[in-house]
Amino acid sequence: MSCYKGKYADELISNATYIGTPGKGILAADESTGTIGKRLSSINVENSESNRRTLRELLFCTPGALQYISGIILFEETLYQKTAAGKPFVEVMKENKVLPGIKVDKGTVELAGTNGETTTTGLDGLGQRCAQYYEAGARFAKWRAVLKISANEPSQLAINENANGLARYAIICQENGLVPIVEPEILVDGPHDINKCADVTERVLAACYKALNDHHVLLEGTLLKPNMVTPGSDSKKVAPEVVAEYTVRALQRTMPPAVPAVVFLSGGQSEEEATINLNAMNQYKGNKPWSLTFSFGRALQQSTLKAWAGKEENVKKAQEAFLARCKANSEATLGKYQGGAAGDGATESLHVKDYKY
Amino acid sequence: MSCYRGKYADELIANAAYIGTPGKGILAADESTGTIGKRLSSINVENVESNRRALRELLFCTPGALQYLSGVILFEETLYQKTAAGKLFVDVMKEAGVLPGIKVDKGTVELAGTNGETTTQGLDGLAQRCAQYYSAGARFAKWRAVLKIGPNEPSQLAINENANGLARYAIICQENGLVPIVEPEILVDGPHDINKCADVTERVLAACYKALNDHHVLLEGTLLKPNMVTPGSDAKKVAPEVVAEYTVRALQRTMPPAVPAVVFLSGGQSEEEATVNLNAMNQYQGKKPWSLSFSFGRALQQSTLKAWGGKEENVKKAQDAFLARCKANSEATLGKYQGGSGLSEGASESLHVKDYKY
Repeated sequence: MSCYKGKYADELISNATYIGTPGKGILAADESTGTIGKRLSSINVENSESNRRTLRELLFCTPGALQYISGIILFEETLYQKTAAGKPFVEVMKENKVLPGIKVDKGTVELAGTNGETTTTGLDGLGQRCAQYYEAGARFAKWRAVLKISANEPSQLAINENANGLARYAIICQENGLVPIVEPEILVDGPHDINKCADVTERVLAACYKALNDHHVLLEGTLLKPNMVTPGSDSKKVAPEVVAEYTVRALQRTMPPAVPAVVFLSGGQSEEEATINLNAMNQYKGNKPWSLTFSFGRALQQSTLKAWAGKEENVKKAQEAFLARCKANSEATLGKYQGGAAGDGATESLHVKDYKY
Repeated sequence: MSCYRGKYADELIANAAYIGTPGKGILAADESTGTIGKRLSSINVENVESNRRALRELLFCTPGALQYLSGVILFEETLYQKTAAGKLFVDVMKEAGVLPGIKVDKGTVELAGTNGETTTQGLDGLAQRCAQYYSAGARFAKWRAVLKIGPNEPSQLAINENANGLARYAIICQENGLVPIVEPEILVDGPHDINKCADVTERVLAACYKALNDHHVLLEGTLLKPNMVTPGSDAKKVAPEVVAEYTVRALQRTMPPAVPAVVFLSGGQSEEEATVNLNAMNQYQGKKPWSLSFSFGRALQQSTLKAWGGKEENVKKAQDAFLARCKANSEATLGKYQGGSGLSEGASESLHVKDYKY
């Protein structure tokens, strides 16, 4: 059977390609209510709807930032929120040529018989939810699958189950006009070296692309959001050029050229580390028939959050921090980042063991 | 588990990349004794070892031809044969910068419970055979898996079994220093349209690359020998630009950039058709992070065979025909073929034989 060729095919292809425009990338601002609550409490801000709204307005309305952003992933609540002046956020984005995206998974549950491995839920009624989100202005979606590296992990069951879930989610999105971001995150936790991470990443990505093919997904209308290939969090760090080489090689071995772009997750990397690694990848000489860009959450917002601390008088300072990170990552997608756009907190590791959204 | 990183890794990568050198391609001269017999009898030549040797010498020693070839696939007998003057064919090739290759499969057998679908055999003792072939000078190998398109074909069983066989063959080759050419030929026979061929090709190639990954094959040290994506033999033909678009798209959707080159089989296409299609692919504007070249048997030899007719006095004429096809295909790998060059008798003749068996 052929891949998806329905009414949204051309739009999916052009939106996926647009997201990978050199110089642009994705702001992942889709923290669930619980997760954003932890961020807000770390700066002593109450987790109320209006504070969540204020934070997102601070980000989306930073003067000059949106030129560096091709898409923003939102949590459902945010899709329907507005600026203080009453303009829907999705309108702000549209006017600035930023595609709104939407997180559609419903978190992970454990797989029985495994050592704490998980699969991701959210398939029930997904078709209808995607159609509603499309109507509300969303043009892409995101679903996070999670795998870990350990003595016997990831197991074949975890790989198969997560790959299959991603493929089901992906085709349902396409049938409803949303470009699916395929995110098979392999957690950085552990004492393993970069070779182990590379081996696992290659196995996982191969399984994902086989599943996408089996489920008739139109690859030209998808994006990949993988981890970079790095040593484990308890292992010695390596130079950015090494991360670049291993990561690009893993993609060369598994990712068909039909996929227009890779939008890396930052995992537990600090803002600066994530940018420098992305920059190294774009400088790396080798076959790279897809754009290499970012889909960063913590690695775009950390300094901004600290600078804001919930105070109106800090908004300008916070927005400057955000603009600096957006610009830095934009340069990194072009291999032109010179370093040193670091604000307070930019080099702080954002690793949280066994991170749960 | 990681992919192959043993003692031959660097050599495999270098050899696979070399075979894909723009301007060069592969001559598939690995016809088994039985198959070459049919070719020889079509020009009234007796199927004896000395005639088989004479034909191969005619080809390999055509002045100026080897510059257009990066590799020649041989049948086992030929690996050990020599020119009339006593020089080993493999040495002739080495001196001309051509890598010797070797066919290592042992033909197909039917899969029970299917409608005439097959799997390919040859895994038993394959490692030792590969090691011997490497000692004799071979640096790449070839294994042909065969699938067909029908109302219920290819079946999942046929796809899985052939993909798995290709992957086992591939890793065994790499462990013994030979670059494996992965050949999942989907026969052109049938009334199906080009869309059907594309769908099947994408499914089959996806299964192959998953199997290669499962079996820890080093993709940078492999080559792919697929069919071009075309309408079936009983369906209306399409323009070369359409073949190019569908074929490149199928590869974009399934073939990781780590694979350095694609060496297309010609199937039942005439010499000219195969060259013109290859040329169109190299002119096609789109993402193509692998070389697109040729591994032609019939589509390089047809005119040559006819011109030779088994007669000593025809050798020069035959060699001229062979040189013309080599040069034409070399130009096609660069997207520079102008068409109609040195068209000899037979160059536009369809070489399709229904349900072709080697």
